[in-house]
Amino acid sequence: EKTKTSFFNKLGKAVAGKSKVDDDVLDNLEEVLVTSDVGVNTTLKIIDRIEARVSKDKYMGTDELQTILREEIAGLLSETNIGEETEFKIPNTKKPYVIMVVGVNGAGKTTTIGKLAHQFKSQGYKVVLGAADTFRAAAIDQLQVWADRVDVPIIKQKMGSDPASVAFDTLSSAVTTEADVVIIDTAGRLHNKINLMNELTKIKRVMDKVVDNAPHDVLLVLDGSTGQNAFEQAKQFTKATEVTSLAVTKLDGTAKGGVVIGISDQFQIPVKYIGVGEGIEDLQVFNKFEFVDSFFKL
Amino acid sequence: MFDNLSEKLDKALHVLKGHGQITEINVAETVKEVRRALLDADVNFKIAKEFTNRVREKALGQNVLTTLQPGQLMVKIVKDELTELMGGDAEGIDLSGNPSVILMSGLQGSGKTTFSGKLANYLKTKKTKKPLLVACDVYRPAAIDQLHIVGEQVGVEVYSDRGNNDPVAIAKAGISQAKSLGCNVVIIDTAGRLAVDQEMMDEIANIHKAVKPQETLFVVDSMTGQDAVNTAKAFNDILNFDGVILTKLDGDTRGGAAISIKSVVDKPIKFIGTGEKMEAIDVFHPSRMADRILGMGDVISLVERA
Ligand SMILES: Nc1nc2c(ncn2[C@@H]2O[C@H](COP(=O)(O)OP(=O)(O)OP(=O)(O)O)[C@@H](O)[C@H]2O)c(=O)[nH]1
Ligand SMILES: Nc1nc2c(ncn2[C@@H]2O[C@H](COP(=O)(O)OP(=O)(O)OP(=O)(O)O)[C@@H](O)[C@H]2O)c(=O)[nH]1
Ligand SMILES: [Mg+2]
Ligand SMILES: [Mg+2]
Repeated sequence: EKTKTSFFNKLGKAVAGKSKVDDDVLDNLEEVLVTSDVGVNTTLKIIDRIEARVSKDKYMGTDELQTILREEIAGLLSETNIGEETEFKIPNTKKPYVIMVVGVNGAGKTTTIGKLAHQFKSQGYKVVLGAADTFRAAAIDQLQVWADRVDVPIIKQKMGSDPASVAFDTLSSAVTTEADVVIIDTAGRLHNKINLMNELTKIKRVMDKVVDNAPHDVLLVLDGSTGQNAFEQAKQFTKATEVTSLAVTKLDGTAKGGVVIGISDQFQIPVKYIGVGEGIEDLQVFNKFEFVDSFFKL
Repeated sequence: MFDNLSEKLDKALHVLKGHGQITEINVAETVKEVRRALLDADVNFKIAKEFTNRVREKALGQNVLTTLQPGQLMVKIVKDELTELMGGDAEGIDLSGNPSVILMSGLQGSGKTTFSGKLANYLKTKKTKKPLLVACDVYRPAAIDQLHIVGEQVGVEVYSDRGNNDPVAIAKAGISQAKSLGCNVVIIDTAGRLAVDQEMMDEIANIHKAVKPQETLFVVDSMTGQDAVNTAKAFNDILNFDGVILTKLDGDTRGGAAISIKSVVDKPIKFIGTGEKMEAIDVFHPSRMADRILGMGDVISLVERA
């Protein structure tokens, strides 16, 4: 908190009564943004926006400047990031509502699924999990532990079996049991592995055969401590599976996850959730203003 | 996104060559491109700044301004500086203990459990050692199962104690078990933890104190961004670790975190992870890493063409 205020104070003092932001302030801002993993391109874009605003609305004070910073940075986040919701909602027009979860190795997919299942279940939805990571050691057991914790059914096969077949089984079962939400876990994969990305496309395609237009949501999980490589991840996973939303994990640490600003801006994919711990309750709906403010805290 | 440095330097060097007279401004411009490339590669902000300041001084000191091939000299300076920063060639790991104890540490999901299996396999097949894997992650769902499967895959015994949730006790018992099984290396897998989690950091400090490892390794995801310095420093402050393991280099990340970590803790990067399979382990080569971070393969060919 102290750092945050002092940053804005410093910024305010340097700017108050001037029609131009001086280089010191901009350097300072650049440092804050780049060290939050916002990236050089997006940082320059933000600085341009601030400079334009400052030269337009002259003589501003600290408070105004703070507001402008928040607005301009948050403005880059996809329009669909409302940033005020606190509830986990699923549209009730589709039943079952199918969510497929994708991402690179170790990003936090399985954990996020456990937390999400818990949220949906507490709202009274009937949830089913599909263990379509049949590759990583004990991935199925890990999802099973989460299913037990949340107390929801899991559909699984043996390790090494065809993930598309697991997804098919899960959706079939969800239809039979009249489940409201299905969440499909997939194996972590690096986005430059063509075969693995093709496999993902295949898993996705098979779902549509059981439930119309499934999956309805493809959630890309990004590790909040990832740097600029997250761009390429977003690009390649979108290419393979038409990603519809993002979750940023591990924001309970010192990493800021700023790379999602540029990603959301460029690909127009909303950030929906943030992970803030390993516990079942540690998933929050993304709030863009809180997110931006966190850059200015130490 | 990952515009090659070669392209950028090409542009900047073009300026250097094109102008009848090379000025300090041209050098500054080139240096700026280098800095930007470092930031795009996830090198820490401060470290990139210091690095490019040194490059600028060297460039001016070595009379880049009057040399016939300023571009070539510039590239050489950058590359040398980076390779030097990255450290000498890979050092092995200390296997002098009986048994030798190796302790894994790092953030959640960085690749500790997978690397534990790879290292066990490597020591068994390449160094004719008899390792024992010890499962000290008592938190992550199915972490113990995961290590057992990994151990099975490489044919290495795994010690675990499912009823026990005290990692210090498990680690100690693991070492006794190694002695009675005649194992000469003990690899201790631990839970992922954040540097800001005091309780968990105390826990690993206690494991460290109790087992006195010959090697404490910090496992880090090569895709890590600016936070790499904070984490590396925090773990090093508590564990004074002996080496760094850089995982997931089979991806297309530039891996600038490697420079950041090296600069901030000055510990050698010992191994890299290049895949999910148990054979996907390699020793670390500083100059290859320097090339990767800068997209230098391209830069060198560019200069050779010129
Ligand atoms: N601190 C913290 N840890 C998290 C968070 N989300 C996940 N983790 C941890 O990160 C590690 C990896 O999480 P997983 O859910 O297994 O990740 P994954 O993407 O399913 O991994 P793979 O299936 O191996 O690709 C685990 O130790 C989780 O407990 C978070 O928001 N905060
Ligand atoms: N592609 C690739 N994947 C890797 C590599 N090393 C580990 N992984 C994958 O990364 C994910 C996380 O690896 P783990 O070994 O479970 O990581 P960890 O540090 O033990 O995770 P926690 O115990 O949850 O903290 C898994 O999906 C692994 O298969 C690597 O070098 N390349
Ligand atoms: Mg998983
Ligand atoms: Mg592990």
